[in-house]
Amino acid sequence: MSDVKVKKEKDPWFSPKNLSLLKKPFNIENPVTVQVLGICSALAVTVQMKPAIVMALSVTIVTAFSNLIIALIRDSIPSRIRIIVQLVVVAALVIIVDQILKAYVYDVSKKLSVFVGLIITNCILMGRLEAFAMANKPWPSFIDGIGNGLGYGIILVTVAFFRELLGSGKFYGMKVIPDAFYKAGYVDNGLMILPPMALMTIGIIIWIQRWKKPELQEKN
Amino acid sequence: MKALRNYLDKIKPRFQEGGKLEKLHSTFDAFETFLFVPDKTTFKGSHIRDSIDLKRTMTVVLLALMPALLFGIWNVGYQHSLAFGKDAGFWQIAGFGLMKVLPIIVVSYVSGLAVEFIFAQYRKHEVNEGFLVSGMLIPLVMPPDIPLWMVAVSTVFAVILGKEAFGGTGMNVFNPALLARAFLFFAYPASMTGDTTWTAGLANGEGIADGYSGATPLSNAAAELVDKIPSVSDLFFGFIPGSIGETSKLAIIIGAVILILTGIGSWRIMLSGLLGGVTMTLIFNAFAANKYMTIDPLTQILMGSFLFGMVFMATDPVTAAQTNKGKWIYGFLAGFFAIMVRVFNPAYPEGTMLAILLMNTFAPLIDHYVIEANIKRRLKRANAVVKTK
Repeated sequence: MSDVKVKKEKDPWFSPKNLSLLKKPFNIENPVTVQVLGICSALAVTVQMKPAIVMALSVTIVTAFSNLIIALIRDSIPSRIRIIVQLVVVAALVIIVDQILKAYVYDVSKKLSVFVGLIITNCILMGRLEAFAMANKPWPSFIDGIGNGLGYGIILVTVAFFRELLGSGKFYGMKVIPDAFYKAGYVDNGLMILPPMALMTIGIIIWIQRWKKPELQEKN
Repeated sequence: MKALRNYLDKIKPRFQEGGKLEKLHSTFDAFETFLFVPDKTTFKGSHIRDSIDLKRTMTVVLLALMPALLFGIWNVGYQHSLAFGKDAGFWQIAGFGLMKVLPIIVVSYVSGLAVEFIFAQYRKHEVNEGFLVSGMLIPLVMPPDIPLWMVAVSTVFAVILGKEAFGGTGMNVFNPALLARAFLFFAYPASMTGDTTWTAGLANGEGIADGYSGATPLSNAAAELVDKIPSVSDLFFGFIPGSIGETSKLAIIIGAVILILTGIGSWRIMLSGLLGGVTMTLIFNAFAANKYMTIDPLTQILMGSFLFGMVFMATDPVTAAQTNKGKWIYGFLAGFFAIMVRVFNPAYPEGTMLAILLMNTFAPLIDHYVIEANIKRRLKRANAVVKTK
């Protein structure tokens, strides 16, 4: 009996299986474009690059560590109250992240405002905890958390890149479209700053992804 | 004609399967069917099912748009000469208007058709004829001084996200021309609103004749300057600043008659739209809380693009409701909301665009309930017959 257990733990840290946990969320299991989770914050914080990057990192940290903690104590959680336990862990981590943001990047934290707190209700988090951390070992859970956080983050940053560039002519807060363009009659696209355009940008990303990957298309 | 036909027949094999230029077959097909009536008719999709094909249908709509376009060209020049106190003859006025309007039409067609051709080539479809009409509607709902690149951007946006994303002509949820205008309205509000955008050359602000404001009837109404709204005859014949094709109600009514006589535009939608507008105005008249609400129904309907929208936009056979009862509901609500948005929200002086887009969203739902109600009614009757037996 004990032999079997020892054998299982010999799985190397960066085995192909673990690495695929890290890679999958970037393409065929992307939490935003394939599972369509966490859309609300993707609409709200993607007007500029900087808040989007901070948000992406915060979510990555919270998913990774909440996954780790829940995986560590998964055997001792009574299944009837598991959602409450998960929420407590996530809430504690979110408060820590929020306080760190307030202490070190106050202006960004003001821009993100309530959305840092709302990481608690981010569907990606609960989804990963329920679907993965409750049934897997701590290390794969941790990697899964990082992968999903970054998979969410890369969509956020891509959307923010286009919205900031086309909506206000900036890249990470710096003007990149030259003044000569504006003098020649170029005008920033006001629709890009409005939330509907974030949804459409995500829609276009989904469209391109499904076109590139036929296995994601439903058969009908 | 015969020579052209012979030439087409000669080069046709090159574009068919196995030919050298096989990849360009949809381009060839598009031009061939543009020149000659093809022997195939529409067989699926939510088009009008008739003996004429989609291209011929679209040609009639284009014909119906011509009066509005021609008057629009003249009016652009007329408003310009009025604003700058010029004393120009008819041909000078029309020539100036043509110089303003023609580039917009060309840009709209070129950018929209480019997207259509690329998608048709890639998906191995035929090129969709639907854009023949959209490409003409887009210039007609633009202000005369709109920068051409904005026309191109909005057209490309409307064709890609409004049509191709849903699968092309016949599958779109929203009217592409309205989508292009809505995109411009929200993306570049400075070029789409205000008093200086509706008359060519006014934004430069030099040499303007005394007393010329450039305000459209709607912006006067929104500012509660009710006495400044032009007379009913000016509104009807269209000697007012506005989008290129919307000003002359006479030209629009001629277009409407053509559409109704040929059976292409639905008279149900046009009539119920009108009824909806009048109903909403009468409700406002009853309350009369501010000056805008006291405007009589005739003026209210002649102002802005209400008629243009109801005749050419709301009746789009793809995005409108399909059932007859549904058409009454759809048209009525479109007219109703158009006046409501216009009066309640001064930030959106023209509610017609938003109202029709909103009703486009609900058209399938309306159809669904109309059909469900019909099924239920007939089922009840059938059950009653069974019981009496």
